[in-house]
Amino acid sequence: MSNRFYENPVIKWIEYRLPIFHFIDESVGSGYPTPKNLNYWWNFGSLAGIVLVIMIASGIVLAMNYTPHVDYAFESVERIMRDVNYGWLIRYIHMNGGSMFFIVIYIHIFRGLYYGSFKEPRELLWILGVLILLTMMATAFMGYVLPWGQQSFWAATVITNLFSAIPVIGEAIVTWLWGGFTVGNPTLNRFFAFHYLLPFVLIGLVFVHLWALHVHKSNNPVGIDIKGPQDTIPFHPYYTMKDLFGLGVFMVFFMFFVFFAPNIFGEPDNYIKANPLVTPAHIVPEWYFLPSYAILRAVPEIGFISAKLGGVIAMFGSTLILMLLPWLDRSPVRSARFRPIYKQFFWVFVVDCIILGWVGANTPDAVFHGVPFLWIGRVATVYYFAHFLVLIPLINILEKPKPLPDSISASVTEDGGATEAAE
Amino acid sequence: MTDTVDTDDKTRRDFLLLSTMAVGAVGSGLAAWPFIDVMNPAADTLALSTTEVDLAPIEEGMSITVVWRGKPVFIRHRTTAEIKEAGAVPLDDLIDPEADKGRAQKPQWLIIVGICTHLGCIPLGQKSNDPKGEFGGWFCPCHGSHYDTSGRIRKGPAPKNLVVPAYQYLTDTTIRIG
Ligand code: HEM
Ligand code: FES
Repeated sequence: MSNRFYENPVIKWIEYRLPIFHFIDESVGSGYPTPKNLNYWWNFGSLAGIVLVIMIASGIVLAMNYTPHVDYAFESVERIMRDVNYGWLIRYIHMNGGSMFFIVIYIHIFRGLYYGSFKEPRELLWILGVLILLTMMATAFMGYVLPWGQQSFWAATVITNLFSAIPVIGEAIVTWLWGGFTVGNPTLNRFFAFHYLLPFVLIGLVFVHLWALHVHKSNNPVGIDIKGPQDTIPFHPYYTMKDLFGLGVFMVFFMFFVFFAPNIFGEPDNYIKANPLVTPAHIVPEWYFLPSYAILRAVPEIGFISAKLGGVIAMFGSTLILMLLPWLDRSPVRSARFRPIYKQFFWVFVVDCIILGWVGANTPDAVFHGVPFLWIGRVATVYYFAHFLVLIPLINILEKPKPLPDSISASVTEDGGATEAAE
Repeated sequence: MTDTVDTDDKTRRDFLLLSTMAVGAVGSGLAAWPFIDVMNPAADTLALSTTEVDLAPIEEGMSITVVWRGKPVFIRHRTTAEIKEAGAVPLDDLIDPEADKGRAQKPQWLIIVGICTHLGCIPLGQKSNDPKGEFGGWFCPCHGSHYDTSGRIRKGPAPKNLVVPAYQYLTDTTIRIG
């Protein structure tokens, strides 16, 4: 921000008492130095933040017209769709916004995996990210229950029942979660309360995530540290503009679904009101939970651990293992650009996650060209964990990284940034 | 000040500090309990806990579903063949070994909670045209659990037999569940 701005008497008066303009400037303004070589994969963090704002704005308006009661919830959502002014639009934004949120966050996470953004000194930043993911998952799951359709009800039943796998106290925990003997009115009510609360918890987590980010600044495509001013450009106007441009492209993508394919991510069954006595023939979770669902169903009984408990442990473990990654991957080189072996296994891992999603969308007894999905799921699950626990440590030993550039600046300018440094 | 006075003072302070912390911890724990227990089933939810059923209209080979505590309860008027089949299975063949005799007060009436012990779906098999699984009882479509004519788990991911609720015969043909 220019000095003239700070000379304005009103700004001066406020700034003296609460240096908020400085704070903003140093967070997302010209006072925040950013690596000058960030590519478009670095757009997804700010996109995620904007999607969170869109979800809260659309959610609050929905809440004004929504009734969290088993007898009225489904009807109140239908009323939003038919009678409330622009209710259909707001609901489609919120419904598809959930999917967009996960698309953006998954890309954001894989970006971190590829460029080694989870490594020292960004371990806490990464762990906070995993907590954000878990909170998002809980929020989306409880939101999906609110319209009280068939999928809502049965998703709630199946997922809450996972906790009954906990030895001894499992059943008591499930009754406690339900507030009754099945998923019912008390369950719907509390899910609404939590669905309203958790996005604000997310804001808190995002704040701490960004706080940690600003201590050591963004990682970058070559994965080496900022060595001096020649390696950076100010966040504003360079990245504010780039983020805005990315937002425009993203909104075209998002609005395509809202206006032309609003139900493509959903299940038609959810337009049938919840019936506690009839389970739909196929229960599938939302697409963003499919890999987890495949892992849940892949685990057989192992020794004294039942298939149910084993599945639950593996499912939660598959997300929690991300938190250990900074200590599993000890290679000092961050970016996969300079890690020839890791780079290939990164892509195999991406494919493995997609396969898990595909398995999750099919019934376990279904068969693909003679191979049961159950077995595809088992192999993909074993590979998922092996990637973290076996392959990554092995690659650390076997891989010889390519030589790193001298500096961020040297990697993007022909003369290694000498001209700029001289200026 | 002598050493004795000094340590004396220190232990007294430590004692005060520790006991204050202990009381504080117990107090916070007690204050947290209402916030946890408030989420357990309320008194009116608990009050809905019995259901009476007249069995007379159910013909042999037929099943009905009644609701108890919001859960479906399957009542099957079993045929002699089904009872024999259930009784003949060696316990060693079972995932959750339980004799059929222990699961039905009167062998012709099987009364079980119709909730799959895997993750809570409602198994199919109540209607005559439903799939009944490989063991002639019920089949859960969610993740493929097969139950036999005694409602015992025989194949698939469910760990336990379908639960037999507490019930008693009020007359020869009426029962109270719960
Ligand atoms: C992290 C942000 C959020 C996510 C991921 C999320 C996700 C979801 C999802 C997946 C649904 C089901 C949509 C459907 O099938 O109809 C839903 C419904 C709902 N959400 Fe959210 N939500 C978020 C934030 C909020 C907030 C902040 C509020 C309110 C203040 C809110 C209020 C509602 C309401 C009232 C419904 C039920 C109406 C409906 O089903 O369309 N949501 N949410
Ligand atoms: S809920 Fe019945 S098999 Fe999973």
